[in-house]
Amino acid sequence: MHPAFSVIFLTTLIGVGQGLFLALYTGQVYSLIHVLPTQAEGGFYAGGSALALLFLIAGLVASFFHLGHPERAWRSAAKWRTSWLSREVIVLPSFMGTVFLYAAVHYTGWNPQVATLGESLPLDLSLVIGAAGTALCFALFICTAMIYACLKFLQEWHSPLTVINYLLLGSASGFTLAAAFSVYSAPEMVRFYGTWAMIITFAGLVTRSASLLRNARLKPKSTLQTAIGVRHVQVAQKAQGFMGGSFNTREFFHGKPASLLRSIKWLFLLAAFAMPLLLLGGGLSSAAGAFFSAAFLTQYAGLLAERWFFFAQANHPQNLYYQAIS
Amino acid sequence: MTQLALVIDLNVCVGCHACVTSCKEWNTSGPAGAMSDDRPYGADPTGTFFNRVQTYEVGCFPKTETVHFPKSCLHCEEPPCVPVCPTGASYKRKEDGIVLVDYDKCIGCKYCSWACPYGVREIDEHQKVMKKCTLCVDRIYDLSLPEAERKPACVMACPTSARLFGDVHDPESAVSEAIRESGGYQLMPEWGTKPSNHYLPRRKTQIRIHTDELIRADNPLKKERQLPQPDKNEPSLDDVTSW
Repeated sequence: MHPAFSVIFLTTLIGVGQGLFLALYTGQVYSLIHVLPTQAEGGFYAGGSALALLFLIAGLVASFFHLGHPERAWRSAAKWRTSWLSREVIVLPSFMGTVFLYAAVHYTGWNPQVATLGESLPLDLSLVIGAAGTALCFALFICTAMIYACLKFLQEWHSPLTVINYLLLGSASGFTLAAAFSVYSAPEMVRFYGTWAMIITFAGLVTRSASLLRNARLKPKSTLQTAIGVRHVQVAQKAQGFMGGSFNTREFFHGKPASLLRSIKWLFLLAAFAMPLLLLGGGLSSAAGAFFSAAFLTQYAGLLAERWFFFAQANHPQNLYYQAIS
Repeated sequence: MTQLALVIDLNVCVGCHACVTSCKEWNTSGPAGAMSDDRPYGADPTGTFFNRVQTYEVGCFPKTETVHFPKSCLHCEEPPCVPVCPTGASYKRKEDGIVLVDYDKCIGCKYCSWACPYGVREIDEHQKVMKKCTLCVDRIYDLSLPEAERKPACVMACPTSARLFGDVHDPESAVSEAIRESGGYQLMPEWGTKPSNHYLPRRKTQIRIHTDELIRADNPLKKERQLPQPDKNEPSLDDVTSW
């Protein structure tokens, strides 16, 4: 497929926003059950979720550049029964609204206790909103990934690994950002976020490598023989019906040499996984804050490359019909 | 239930592109607006088409065959492009099974084109909406046209009648008969899309001739006698009787 930068930025930016929100809420829940030093100030959560919201808004803005008619975008909520894209269109703003409420509750400090869990754990309003946000966050990861994973003839995407990778890569970048953010706003949380960022980044490396291995072994189900229905081992296209380009020749092929694809693969494996793991490890052992910011920036750049590769690697069966100009 | 579709006979198609130009002419002049072109006379022309004719070479020289292969929307019975559309702009009509795009609802996200394994949807770069074959829905029901002309423009244009149009769900229709009798098949059956358009394969008309049919058993003139041939000056029945 031809990688569209609008979609690359949409999926990576909202991934960061979602991961950051998950990190914040995990921190709050851990504090509640006294695994972590309690965060007295809501400012950390308010600032963090405002940052997450910024990433989500940026992703949403990027997505509009993908549309031919952005002014009709509201219509895309209609077919949520059948279309994962429609579901994403509903879940993304709902999640953004919830993150906004979560930030607002922490910022204003209006956080009444709404229930008590068991004997002694007080549940305040922010925890309830956060729980809803977490559910929406996971739903959004699933919707975004299923847009690609549900297309069965794009065999590179049609796998549960696609969903797992979107979940883990988004969360990894979000936790790395949470570590970098807490350096400045809540230093006692740095170790917690940094450790989790390393764990999730490593898990992402494992599952992304698994999908790379899977895709390397794929055998295309469609061939030129099934495409035109002629049973002969030797079928060659002599003309595709036009001499210039068309939507079919532009949209479904990245148009880059295979060597570049291979380079990008190693680049993203380094930049999205290996380098951030080293930098996070360096940050955790030396307690220098700049390591975490560097880790996030490297990882985000690596994820842009990863997403480019994700699209470029998918081989659409329609390309079988466009092998030779004339 | 009705399922209108095309049946394309690859045995007859000569690859003249008359269906392509006729389709473009009819549909670019329709109420939905032009199918836009860019640089039509330039170095790198591009444009929106509903129908393309491609050419394939089958076999290894000298035993090759040229197959001309017209490709347009197959109006699948399980169209993968329809459920993915977030707005409902892509839909399959219940009454006749035609898959259509509502240009007023389409947001131009191109997701449906990703979901079509055949690559028959093309975005209009100027109107920014997805376009595809409509089976000339604005023609086939037009009562102001004579009944014989209520067919898609490509079918009307085909000089060799390689394109048949009709209801593939009606077992008595000409298209169903052609599919049944001439081995009609579907493209990429592996994805379960159940295309309504069918293709008829290349067929060879062969006659088996045995050698004893080539040499007359009753041969008074001995003209085709096995070797050694009779001498030319040897009298034949003609020479004997013609004086």
